[in-house]
Amino acid sequence: MRDLKAVGKKFVHVMYPRKSSALLRDWDLWGPLVLCVSLALMLQGGSADSKDDGGPQFAEVFVIIWFGAVVITLNSKLLGGTISFFQSLCVLGYCVMPLTVAMLVCRLVLLAGAGTVSFIIRLIVVGAMFAWSTLASTAFLADSQPPNRKALVVYPIFLFYFVISWMILTFTPQ
Amino acid sequence: MATADDLKFQEFDDAANLLAANPDATTISIDEPVEIPKNQHSHRQEPGREEDDELLGTDDSDKTELLAGQKKSAPFWTFDYYQTFFDVDTYQVLDRIKGSVFPVPGKNFVRLYIRSNPDLYGPFWICATLVFTIAVSGNLSNFFIHLGKPTYRYVPEFRKVSIAATTIYAYAWLVPLALWGFLMWRNSKVMNIVSYSFLEIVCVYGYSLFIYIPTAILWIIPQKVVRWVLVVFSLCVSGSVLVMTFWPAVRDDNRRIAVATVATVLLLHALLAVGCLAYFFDAPELDIPAPIIPAHNGTTVITKSH
Repeated sequence: MRDLKAVGKKFVHVMYPRKSSALLRDWDLWGPLVLCVSLALMLQGGSADSKDDGGPQFAEVFVIIWFGAVVITLNSKLLGGTISFFQSLCVLGYCVMPLTVAMLVCRLVLLAGAGTVSFIIRLIVVGAMFAWSTLASTAFLADSQPPNRKALVVYPIFLFYFVISWMILTFTPQ
Repeated sequence: MATADDLKFQEFDDAANLLAANPDATTISIDEPVEIPKNQHSHRQEPGREEDDELLGTDDSDKTELLAGQKKSAPFWTFDYYQTFFDVDTYQVLDRIKGSVFPVPGKNFVRLYIRSNPDLYGPFWICATLVFTIAVSGNLSNFFIHLGKPTYRYVPEFRKVSIAATTIYAYAWLVPLALWGFLMWRNSKVMNIVSYSFLEIVCVYGYSLFIYIPTAILWIIPQKVVRWVLVVFSLCVSGSVLVMTFWPAVRDDNRRIAVATVATVLLLHALLAVGCLAYFFDAPELDIPAPIIPAHNGTTVITKSH
């Protein structure tokens, strides 16, 4: 119960990102795991004429999220960051939450239809959530970097959430 | 027969005192490197040799190589060893990118920007960006080309991301490895003045790929002429960076081998660009009027059956 409360508190922190250190201090990877699995599950069932041209498989989404988070963490540590390995993984994983919400919204919108209007709605929602994710994770992570290398650390985070947003936006149901 | 005075140990006065007595005498001071004659020499030289000096970077290469030796002293199994490859600030990375996009004729990219501080940040993240840019742009371009056709269903083509990643990372790491090996082998046969470390070659290749990122985005435009103009333009820019880097390293070698090396470097670079364009971007089709063949066949069959 105590762990569930901690996870829930972190979700609230991501929704209203302030520079609090609670997310950084008591890291856990439950939240990122739940988010990653639900995002990968929701990205299933995408259209494909042949198996080769479709959307990402479950394993691909999983690998992209975890491998991407590890690479970004290594990158920030190599550039001289003071954050620990698992703290950074924790922050990056929790900040996937807005994009998971966007995926949910996209699937609901696609139930109504797949025309141009639905595409524009999905584009706006995914774009807004992408900006939210990037800003939230930057707010938590940027302080632990040396000041003249902040942009070098923020850019890979931007690329990471951009790729996830692209996977969400290009999801087309069967 | 020498006099006793000649054999006695004589104290020579301080150089300054001697010079005061005879101001026009040439002096050499052993404390500092001999700088004055070199400057005079370079003023009298033709521009070709000055360009060589700049390309070789002989003025501060000694100092920077000494510094480089002091830097990379951590053993390779520690984290600190790899941290030395990420010892760059934001403005340095931006400067290096700028140098790869606007190559100044005559300036060597390695000597001017890298200066014995090769970083792995630039090559790694430029390659990552290029992989996703090519995959996303290819997908978008195919979507716009086939839009409106009744038989077309949009597919995200996610497999192509892994293919793009393999291709680009293999190019950015294996070609520098081969080139470095080749240059080391030639160095053992012919004494070259300029030689690069493996990381410097990886660095040059990585930064030279940056121009392909905006090129890939512009390849979305479904016009063949535009695409090929972009290929030629980006090839010129990044090719010139590579040529100006590697020409001084092979110039002292056998003429044919030098030209063949530089030509191979350029050929592989061109192959990468053209291959990416051909594989990830469908050819834009011209407007074809609706085929009237079925009706024609029908009438032909009818007439034939008569």
